[in-house]
Amino acid sequence: MSTPANFPGEPDSSPEIAREFGLAKHEWDRVLSTLSRAPSYAELGVISVMWSEHCSYKSSRIHLGRLPTTGPQVVQGPGENAGAVDIGDGFCAVFKMESHNHPSYIEPYQGAATGVGGILRDVFTMGARPVASLNSLRFGRPDHPKTPHLVKGVVAGIGGYGNCIGVPTVGGEVQFDESYDGNILVNAFTVGIAKTDELFFGVAEGVGNPIIYVGAKTGRDGIHGATMASAEFGEETDSKLPTVQVGDPFMEKLLLEACLEIFATDCLSGVQDMGAAGLTSSSVEMADRAGNGIELDLDAIPRRTKALSPYEMLLSESQERMLMVAKEGREQEVFDLCAKWDLDASIVGRVTDTGRFVCKATPGYDPFDGTGEPDPVVVVDLPVDLLTNAAPKYDRPQEARAEHATLMTMTGDAPDDLGAELVRLIGSPNIGSRSWIWRQYDHIVRDGTVIRPGEGDAAVIRVFCEDASGTREKFLAISSDCNGRHVELDPFGGAAMAVAECTRNVVCVGAKPLGLTDCLNFGNPEVPEQMWRFAQAIDGLAAACAALGAPVVSGNVSLYNETDGKAILPTPTVAVVGQLEDAEHRLGLGFVGEGDVIAHLGRPSRGVLGGSEWLVQRTGSVTGAPVGIDLEAEAALQHAMLELARTKLVKSAHDISDGGFAVCLAESCIATGHGARVTLPSSEDAPAHALLFSEEPSRIVVSLPAGNVGEVGNICKRYGVPFEKIGRVTGQTLAIDGVCEVPIEELADSHAAALDSIVS
Amino acid sequence: MRVAVVQFPGSNADWDALHAVRDVLGADAWYAFHKETSLGDADAVVIPGGFSYGDYLRAGAIAGFSPIDNAIREFASRGGPVLGICNGFQILTEMGLLPGALTRNAHLRFECRDIHLRVENEGPFTNMGKGTVLRLPIAHADGRYHTTSEGLAELERNGQIAFRYSTHKGDAPNGSDANPNGSVGDIAGVYSRDKNVLGMMPHPERASEVILGNDDGLSLFTSLRRHLGFE
Repeated sequence: MSTPANFPGEPDSSPEIAREFGLAKHEWDRVLSTLSRAPSYAELGVISVMWSEHCSYKSSRIHLGRLPTTGPQVVQGPGENAGAVDIGDGFCAVFKMESHNHPSYIEPYQGAATGVGGILRDVFTMGARPVASLNSLRFGRPDHPKTPHLVKGVVAGIGGYGNCIGVPTVGGEVQFDESYDGNILVNAFTVGIAKTDELFFGVAEGVGNPIIYVGAKTGRDGIHGATMASAEFGEETDSKLPTVQVGDPFMEKLLLEACLEIFATDCLSGVQDMGAAGLTSSSVEMADRAGNGIELDLDAIPRRTKALSPYEMLLSESQERMLMVAKEGREQEVFDLCAKWDLDASIVGRVTDTGRFVCKATPGYDPFDGTGEPDPVVVVDLPVDLLTNAAPKYDRPQEARAEHATLMTMTGDAPDDLGAELVRLIGSPNIGSRSWIWRQYDHIVRDGTVIRPGEGDAAVIRVFCEDASGTREKFLAISSDCNGRHVELDPFGGAAMAVAECTRNVVCVGAKPLGLTDCLNFGNPEVPEQMWRFAQAIDGLAAACAALGAPVVSGNVSLYNETDGKAILPTPTVAVVGQLEDAEHRLGLGFVGEGDVIAHLGRPSRGVLGGSEWLVQRTGSVTGAPVGIDLEAEAALQHAMLELARTKLVKSAHDISDGGFAVCLAESCIATGHGARVTLPSSEDAPAHALLFSEEPSRIVVSLPAGNVGEVGNICKRYGVPFEKIGRVTGQTLAIDGVCEVPIEELADSHAAALDSIVS
Repeated sequence: MRVAVVQFPGSNADWDALHAVRDVLGADAWYAFHKETSLGDADAVVIPGGFSYGDYLRAGAIAGFSPIDNAIREFASRGGPVLGICNGFQILTEMGLLPGALTRNAHLRFECRDIHLRVENEGPFTNMGKGTVLRLPIAHADGRYHTTSEGLAELERNGQIAFRYSTHKGDAPNGSDANPNGSVGDIAGVYSRDKNVLGMMPHPERASEVILGNDDGLSLFTSLRRHLGFE
């Protein structure tokens, strides 16, 4: 069989070009032996993006199968554009999280903005109207010279996109650590609402059905973005600028409204957005899911620049584009609704039964400037299977990290003045207020934000579910989390802690967890120790998801997060969606009633400081014994907490996490301006500073009317959860008996100024 | 009461306005798409927040030339009450239905948070009483009201200043961030000369329900209903 034509100016494919495109030598050999011929230049481009880590999950696929993905509430598990869970009455919550790390480091504003745009499209492609977004961000150390520029750019980019399209950004998290100095993380999450029986899928069904291209025209931006996202950074990073896409949120808003109206007419059989690897991956994945083939007429691709080659059109990652498969004869309905929203739409191909991905184009013909006449020849002719199921899959070698025994007992020297230490800690960039960030996000658009950023452990949003019988209000809780320091010290336990913290946040606002999405950010999988971290973390996530009732319904893997051979902290970010039975079950994190009793739920601290913010600040490195997690105790705690919220016996709830017990109490005071007087929960013998700042999981601080103490104690007892009354909401100070007493105002001022050193 | 909520392609608080007026207040309300040329038999018009046509040129600039424009002008010229919120305020100034202009916030960032404002003059949307202090959210990047010193004097003279930013007690910001965007004269909302057109940067429609933590904004819509004689 002969090789399809190259376009004028394109070289013949070669092992050297294959290497430049990111293919390993043995992968190139496999291409040759499978095809029994050399690929064309465009074909080599197509194969290399589809076989990139980003698209093929070649290093992670064999591990991802260990994650639990089922449950009675799961409507759609992994494998589609986004996952979905049932929220009752025929409606579902559709959600996913995705990384945009590499582009955001190169160009923070556009990188972050297009990350938001991409995840929004993943959700509305399923037929869901997006209702809220979160983001999880990691930057280098606060005093790194690049950090201020990156923080300002990323936050402005997320805001610029989300604010314009009108989806509230209601929460998220951010951490600064030197491991991210050369490789920041931008993980974006969106949830939407759809009718369960009207979900749309990315399938190219119906041989002969027309393929319609809708949205922005194709340019040269983002070519080989997926390949770039599958490699380490070196010193030449700035030269990768052309691989970053540019976002247009107004175009996306038009696309969103037009898509939802088109879906409602039922004239489509499938749809997929053009994300990573653009036209190539959207058409190949749709053909693959339906077991069909696709033939594209590249001469018909709408374009915004001269002389685009097939290679460029197939690999462009220009934003705000969708590929729709219309039911035959119903194309006009798509065109009419696109015209209503002033969007371009063109038929660019057909569904075939060949199982092949075929593209035709005319050398020398350019519809952009009218040069030449169309007389297309085949430029790509590849089996779909080669690009999907038959893509490489590796079980890469693993090697456990050597234990550094000398660090295991590290607790740091006890500070002299624990009050001053708390004021300092709560004003540090990893602990203090994030209001500088979330004030730049429209977090209230759509009239649904019931618990705003900073008011509770998770965001609570009201969603409107409208069908023929009327409109119902439902209430969802969403939270994202991960602390890579705990994952570094113990990949299994740290990953399990990320899930536990996220589901704990959701129950602390009164919601039952329904499902989880993950964004697994790790280093180079070809390094056995990194691969070991990844595999361990998967097992930790799997154990925690199973124990805490949060199946994984969607996700994303981002590997090669390294610069010059230095990897980031392993960061398996997760986000959980939960649902409140009743809006009146919701709980904030702030103390609300003078004289209320403050109680500690869960096993008290043993004073283990490993991986804690305090110890990192004290020692300058991520050290100490891992804190560990008992998933059975965690599950019991969360069940008890949910019952306390539903019985309305407690008035606030806040889990103990970053910064430890003292920071948790201080935050509950600062949120509402109330003071507190407490004693340290009874514990084994440990220094006071270790009990104050340990980040051991599975602990919640609640406040309740004094009259409810007995009933709350009984509920905890029934679940086997330690319950201890530790003090009262009172006064204008946070007083911890025998340890410190600090004015709330002093704590609040320090907390509010936490990011000033970076952003002002 | 019948209310048309104008819908530009980039409107994004259109739902917020429709929900507040229809579902919370109980009025008849519908969307009037920007390609339409009629507002139907509306008693009042709301131009909601958002990014009209993307607003890459200047907030609201292109919206001043849309097909629904003439209907809005005609409705306003007959004395019909028109409320422009956030981007709606920007559009009304671009259309020339309100004096002055909205420019980039003094600190150059988008800002979303609760602020306070004081009712300066009564009108169709503000008959809750002069001096009333409201807590409302803002969510904008281009909310810094600007006009010339003569323009400002004229607004004062004609009683066209609807709201000024204030502290929670109703005191003047005095240079503090109680004025969130650097607006001249701490102005948060202005009336037209005839007082039937109001533009304001804060969002009353996002603060009209207890479940959202604040229903101060509902008072503007109940004021309108009183003004139109529906209660």
